[in-house]
Amino acid sequence: MNHPSASGHDTPAGHGDDALHVHQGSLRGYLTGFVLAAILTVIPFWLVMGHVLSSPWLTISIVLLFAIAQILVHIIYFLHLDVHSEDGWNMLAFIFTIVLVVIVLGASIWVMYNENTNMMPMSPQYHHHTE
Amino acid sequence: MPEAMPHRAAIWNFLFGRLSLDSLPFLQPDLEGRIVLVTLIVVLIGGLAILGFVTKKRLWGYLWHEWFTSVDHKKLGIMYMILATVMLLRGFSDAIMMRAQQAVAFGPHMGYLPPEHYDQIFSAHGSIMIFFVGMAYITGLMNFAMPLQIGSRDVAFPFLNNLSFWFTFWGSILFMVSLFIGDFSTAGWLAYPPISELQQGPGVDYYIWGLQLAGVGTLLTGVNFVATIVKMRAPGMSLMKMPVFSWTTLCTSGLIIATFPVLTATLFLLSLDRYLGTHFFTSGFGGNIMMYINLIWVWGHPEVYILILPLFGVYSEIVPTFSGKPLFGYSSMVYATVAIMIMSYLVWLHHFFTMGSGADVNSFFSLTTMMISIPTGVKIFNWLFTMYRGRVRFTVPMLWTMGFLFTFTIGGMTGVMLSVAPADFLLHNSLFLIAHFHNVIIGGTVFGVFAAVNYWFPKAFGFKLDEFWGKVSFWCWQIGFWVAFGPLYILGLMGVTRRLSHFDNPALQPYFVVAAFGAFLIAIGILAFVIQIGISIKRREAYAVGNDPWNGRTLEWATSSPPPDYNFAFIPNVHERDAWTDMKKHGYQRPMEGFNTIHMPKNTAAGAIIGVLSFACCFGLVWYIWWLAVVSFVGVIAVAIAHTFNYHRDYHIPADEVRKIEHTNSWQPDTAEVRA
Repeated sequence: MNHPSASGHDTPAGHGDDALHVHQGSLRGYLTGFVLAAILTVIPFWLVMGHVLSSPWLTISIVLLFAIAQILVHIIYFLHLDVHSEDGWNMLAFIFTIVLVVIVLGASIWVMYNENTNMMPMSPQYHHHTE
Repeated sequence: MPEAMPHRAAIWNFLFGRLSLDSLPFLQPDLEGRIVLVTLIVVLIGGLAILGFVTKKRLWGYLWHEWFTSVDHKKLGIMYMILATVMLLRGFSDAIMMRAQQAVAFGPHMGYLPPEHYDQIFSAHGSIMIFFVGMAYITGLMNFAMPLQIGSRDVAFPFLNNLSFWFTFWGSILFMVSLFIGDFSTAGWLAYPPISELQQGPGVDYYIWGLQLAGVGTLLTGVNFVATIVKMRAPGMSLMKMPVFSWTTLCTSGLIIATFPVLTATLFLLSLDRYLGTHFFTSGFGGNIMMYINLIWVWGHPEVYILILPLFGVYSEIVPTFSGKPLFGYSSMVYATVAIMIMSYLVWLHHFFTMGSGADVNSFFSLTTMMISIPTGVKIFNWLFTMYRGRVRFTVPMLWTMGFLFTFTIGGMTGVMLSVAPADFLLHNSLFLIAHFHNVIIGGTVFGVFAAVNYWFPKAFGFKLDEFWGKVSFWCWQIGFWVAFGPLYILGLMGVTRRLSHFDNPALQPYFVVAAFGAFLIAIGILAFVIQIGISIKRREAYAVGNDPWNGRTLEWATSSPPPDYNFAFIPNVHERDAWTDMKKHGYQRPMEGFNTIHMPKNTAAGAIIGVLSFACCFGLVWYIWWLAVVSFVGVIAVAIAHTFNYHRDYHIPADEVRKIEHTNSWQPDTAEVRA
């Protein structure tokens, strides 16, 4: 990482760029990641387009699980992040992200469910669509 | 959904999309056209005068090499501040037009603004004030002060910093262009559907693409600042020894990273609805209008904390400095900041209590909203206890700070009133709400910006700002604010709703006349600020200061004013909080020999070029000039890729030159009377 950041090189502690060199990917790692990502993409497409499962909720749940697995594959094989690196900053960032995603998704679903239940249907088309 | 193109030969529609002579409002013969024409003439005369001046003084080369292509965080910070000040004038002229309209439009008098024009003005006022005044000011302050405070030479990604500035700049230009070419959104500052879906013409598209540009710029800035604070603090500066302003910068940047993608995605879905006829936010075909309002506030509420947290940091620097004491309750200040950062994600529904979520949902968000005022209260008491038994110097930054404490606390309390869901059913969408959020944004963010400008100006330019005009500006703002928004609180309690361009009840008129007078006082305050800057530049010899005019406590005062490009010849070692106070206490002597070469990032034109191209792309998208959009988008990608092959991105300042700079830069001891 030869970015021209001004510090790091000259500071007495010499901190800065060193930690970035730790997690460089190998060709093997990238290929593993690519194959896994491809598999995790193809299966959900097949499930949806081939109408494999009768229950749409089951399909949605499985696709969501594949999406989470996909995120993990990207983080591990392409971004080379793990929970120990960067003096714990990665771990902190992961926890922060998970907290926010849970809050935003969970509360949004809760809010929208309540509003859909409490409010009158807005138009005949809407009514038709939800039936 | 795209509407029909103008009726003319296909080649013209290909070349100019839906842009035609009819889209130029200043050619229209009506009153609105006249107003825009006069504005255009004034802008043209002013613009030509500036261009002529720059050309006559042969400053283009200087501006290009020293400023536009600069990756120096200090210069970028100053450019953000200038951009924000110019946009403040634009946003404030919108405000004064609205105040004037509401003061006269009663009964048979319709005022001078037709509703269509009035709606554009309040939409532009809101979005400009938030995105190009508030955000630009805080980004400018963080850019200038944070790397100096943590003892770093620049930010982690200097080129990205330059690129962020140009994205923000061209976003603001897109907003300004909408004044003269086409029209602007009438859908309010958050572009609620269905109006934002159904409004024909380029108005909402200007809004969308202007915000997309500025939003990407802000997101990159957030990434940059987090990386800088995590990786580039001076040796010995652990997180709990970091100045509070840097802490608030870290938390604000974290909020930016987490929320601005939501804004980008939401606006992208809205543009899909408008351009491709999808139905994300329509009321039929499976779309859901309420989802837009939910998503935009998932971004929008953390956004208001993004706007206030850096200023909490500013006050936390100013109060200890001018009280001559360390900050009271440093740890509680840090934890309060972090608590606000997390909790700001748990309150967004209080913006739409009335949308029908039901009692349990509303109670939850009502409680979280009340709870978030607790860490804010902690901060207020910390500042008060810092001043308590301190030797307070009533300088201009301190005046703004005390004005903030008074004004913001009242604004916070009216916010707690609004957080009570049943009360909100009465106050929602009323002028009470308008008064509340101007109370916290002006009282918190704007006052803080002026405090910070007065505080750090000597560091940035080597001379102080004029005290007298600073005080005039402060008192005009402080009194003007209450005269302008006090009546709005009362009107709101009487049930007057926001965004009205005409009233039937003549009994309301006196309140609006008083409010207009308040806006006039604020206008004098802004004028006094401009005079203050002008007079101080004129008297810069008399107002010159050394490195530490205020007897400061943090590292930015440990280098010359203005600081050299490399900030510090030697990166300081930090042992205590308030590192500079600690260094002074131990008899710090500035080293004059033994300098090393310093590794620095080099200026680059890539950011400025990508900025221009992205503006062209967005302008093409607004007017359906597809060839322009495609060509300039490909250009953006090409320049970005080409920049990755630029291997001449850094250089070394030789030790001799560092020595020369260190011996010439102003570092005279500040006179005793300044420090007293």
